[in-house]
Amino acid sequence: MSKPRVAVHKFSSCDGCQLAFINLGEPLLVLAGLVDIIHFAEAGPLDENAKIDIAFIEGSISASHDIERLNKIRENSTYLITIGACATSGGIQALRNMADTKQWIEGIYANPTVIDTLDNSSAIKDHVKVDLELWGCPISKQQIITAIRALLFGVLPIEDKDKVCMECKRQQTVCVMVTKNEPCMGPVTRTGCGALCPSVGRDCYGCYGPAENPNTQAMANRLQGLGLIKDEAARRFLFINSGADAFHQQGTRMKEAD
Amino acid sequence: MFFQANQLQQLLNTLLSKGYRCIGPQVRDGAIIYDSISSTEQLPRGINDEQKPGHYSLNNNTSSKYFDWANGPQAIKPLLFASRERLWESKQSDEGQISFELTEPETKPTVIIGARACDIAAMKIQDQHFLEQEFVDPYYKARRETLLTVAVNCSHPADTCFCHSTGDGPFVDDGADVVLTELDSGFLVDARTPQGKNLLEGLSLEDSTKEQLEESESIKANASKQKRQLPRFDIKSRLFNELNNDAWHEIATKCLSCGNCTSVCPTCFCHSENDVPELDGKSSAHYREWDSCFGQGHSYIHGITIRSETSQRYRQWLTHKFSSWHEQYGRSGCVGCGRCITWCPVGIDVTESLGHFEERRRD
Repeated sequence: MSKPRVAVHKFSSCDGCQLAFINLGEPLLVLAGLVDIIHFAEAGPLDENAKIDIAFIEGSISASHDIERLNKIRENSTYLITIGACATSGGIQALRNMADTKQWIEGIYANPTVIDTLDNSSAIKDHVKVDLELWGCPISKQQIITAIRALLFGVLPIEDKDKVCMECKRQQTVCVMVTKNEPCMGPVTRTGCGALCPSVGRDCYGCYGPAENPNTQAMANRLQGLGLIKDEAARRFLFINSGADAFHQQGTRMKEAD
Repeated sequence: MFFQANQLQQLLNTLLSKGYRCIGPQVRDGAIIYDSISSTEQLPRGINDEQKPGHYSLNNNTSSKYFDWANGPQAIKPLLFASRERLWESKQSDEGQISFELTEPETKPTVIIGARACDIAAMKIQDQHFLEQEFVDPYYKARRETLLTVAVNCSHPADTCFCHSTGDGPFVDDGADVVLTELDSGFLVDARTPQGKNLLEGLSLEDSTKEQLEESESIKANASKQKRQLPRFDIKSRLFNELNNDAWHEIATKCLSCGNCTSVCPTCFCHSENDVPELDGKSSAHYREWDSCFGQGHSYIHGITIRSETSQRYRQWLTHKFSSWHEQYGRSGCVGCGRCITWCPVGIDVTESLGHFEERRRD
């Protein structure tokens, strides 16, 4: 039986999520024995238009030619999985969705006519069907392993959509919000990072996107109670995952009310 | 009996020489937490805490006492009911045979020093849940059987404490092996079990004086003056008649549904289990970890999340803790430690929440 064929594609992104593959260490060798990696430009193999079983997509849709390329990948793939904040919610670059792109380009580049960009940076799911989303900025190695292993077993992985707080407390990390008044986004942010930031004494900044059932309004009220002005509190939502629905709505509502 | 304050190090030395791991309070990351200790220097001497809903901070004071503070975020629960542990592992041989192997819990004889009355009361409840039922939990049991408790009576309550109204404190009733009361000059000591008595070997014990016992009574009276208390109506009977009360929705507008309250609660025992297969698919580990009724998975059954809204999740927590808990364990699941109030990021106060359900007075 031939091995499942895997591709890793890149759109507008920093390459950090692809590094989650490359940095797998020993499991990368195991992975290479389980699947054929057909296309992965950053690691070497090139065959962008091949028919494949699992396509991982890093990056957001940001330029006009991206959409055509994405449609082809979707046609060629059985499963399509987004990896990271860019592919899943539009990423940090989606902050420009709230600005005048044309004005920015003219203000920054000496020769604006060579810049090909869409007005918005958008998530992959805004354009094609996505079978699984892996949130994070960047994603972790364990997310990759869990996803691939589940698909090899013939199922989709169980998604943990709980808040960061649950993992923080399992690690017995002292709450940075309660003890230090840090504007921690853990109570509305999806777990998966291992509560990394609070474990080193700083506040979560929401890089894994919204958890299930996030009470963003109560979170916003608390952030302001900690002394953040409304605009600062809005920016806690409008950051790495400004395009994720729950964060986008809360942040823009506060900006408009300001 | 009584021993001088300088004997405390002797107590630690004795325990360590007997091969015990000593767990005691210490300051870390802005809170008093429990971890291994070998010296009284590590104890939070001259430190007191300031707690209020959603807030916790430490201050230095001029006291020479070691235990002049109210509880931090943990106590005994993490030592006995592990926040995450492997229960078993399955392996598939090259011939396709599947075998299962139990993961034995690693234990070491342990003494926790500094646990409070609420912690001891909570441990007794968790004992009921994990040990005193038809199916005994072997992981909890292995750790429980190797744990001895040197409890300390509380000297002052935090703003969030209400153990006096649940009947679980501020002084230890039963369940601890040794109980200390810290006085200005030393400790009143009461060995409650034969194992507890063994722990005191080598200490220079003196008979306690009338003055010392009076000082202890005054400490108890002081620690009983608590700002918060449970409302005085029949909570157990009432809550299930209030399932459609608007108050649940009102609380839910503030609640982050983050699960911090249930994680710091010393009696909450809910957990989820999950499998972590190795990438090669030849073996898989089965884990158990703390879960919460505030998460989606807690009420997920066959494709449906039954309690999808925060109001339903908060209601689940309170109706279980204060009502159906009585049917399961013969008492309420709340020991009045106040942790859920302090460590709630938005400072929701459970005593206030319950107050919403007090019967309106009819004129």
